[in-house]
Amino acid sequence: MQQLSKQDLLHQIRTLMFTCADLNLFLDTHPDNAAAGADYACYSARLIALKREYETRFGPLMNFGNSLISDSFPWTECPWPWTGEEV
Amino acid sequence: MWIYEKRLQYPVRIKRRDLRMARLLYAQYGGADSELAASLRYLAQRYTMPTPETKALLTDIGTEELAHWEMIGAMIYQLSAGASIQEIKSAGMDANYVGHRLGLYLQDPNGVPFTAAVLQVKGEPIADLTEDMAAEQKARVTYENLIRLTDDPDVKDPLRFLREREIVHFQRFGEALESIQRL
Repeated sequence: MQQLSKQDLLHQIRTLMFTCADLNLFLDTHPDNAAAGADYACYSARLIALKREYETRFGPLMNFGNSLISDSFPWTECPWPWTGEEV
Repeated sequence: MWIYEKRLQYPVRIKRRDLRMARLLYAQYGGADSELAASLRYLAQRYTMPTPETKALLTDIGTEELAHWEMIGAMIYQLSAGASIQEIKSAGMDANYVGHRLGLYLQDPNGVPFTAAVLQVKGEPIADLTEDMAAEQKARVTYENLIRLTDDPDVKDPLRFLREREIVHFQRFGEALESIQRL
């Protein structure tokens, strides 16, 4: 299977992250909703996997030990998101 | 504890500089109905919420609002980066330049500094959640006003996203209020 481009990968991460954030708020006020709970489990598992793939190939998204930060991918290097250079 | 994630919740890529619009966006950056006021209001109110669900909701919406505040900051930055002194003067941003250059000071479009006087932490969940619902509606109207004041699709698009989030948050706060009233 062909690997996703950096742009497509980030787009999918952003989409899944939004889905999870919205489901999370829904589950805050509907904690017993099994369908939403199942959706959250499914989308968050996929999100975690895609973030791991992104960080392995393109560098850390998170700081403070939540992402792998190495010599080849220092935290400071990839563009800061407000600059518009974010892929 | 909060963890920073090095990406925006929704992309901001503005190609055309527009200092006038940058200035207006300060309403949502440091104004009375800003994302900053929303975030700090919810994160301060959450401590005395009576149920696990309402503590969760205020924590989670307060967190999402910080991501929205970052998007507004990104928009102001991209709309003003690289502006010449002439552009700053013609946009009426020279007084702002004296104090802050192109730095993003916490203020409204008229240069009034951000203040906690615009929000309340009443320590009573019905009062607090009712205020939160009003805050979401005021922010929705502010976004509609901002969308009307620009023709740039790169500016309109993220503003539309942010407007929709106000509606979803209003809905969730309404459900939280109902849950408290059933207690």
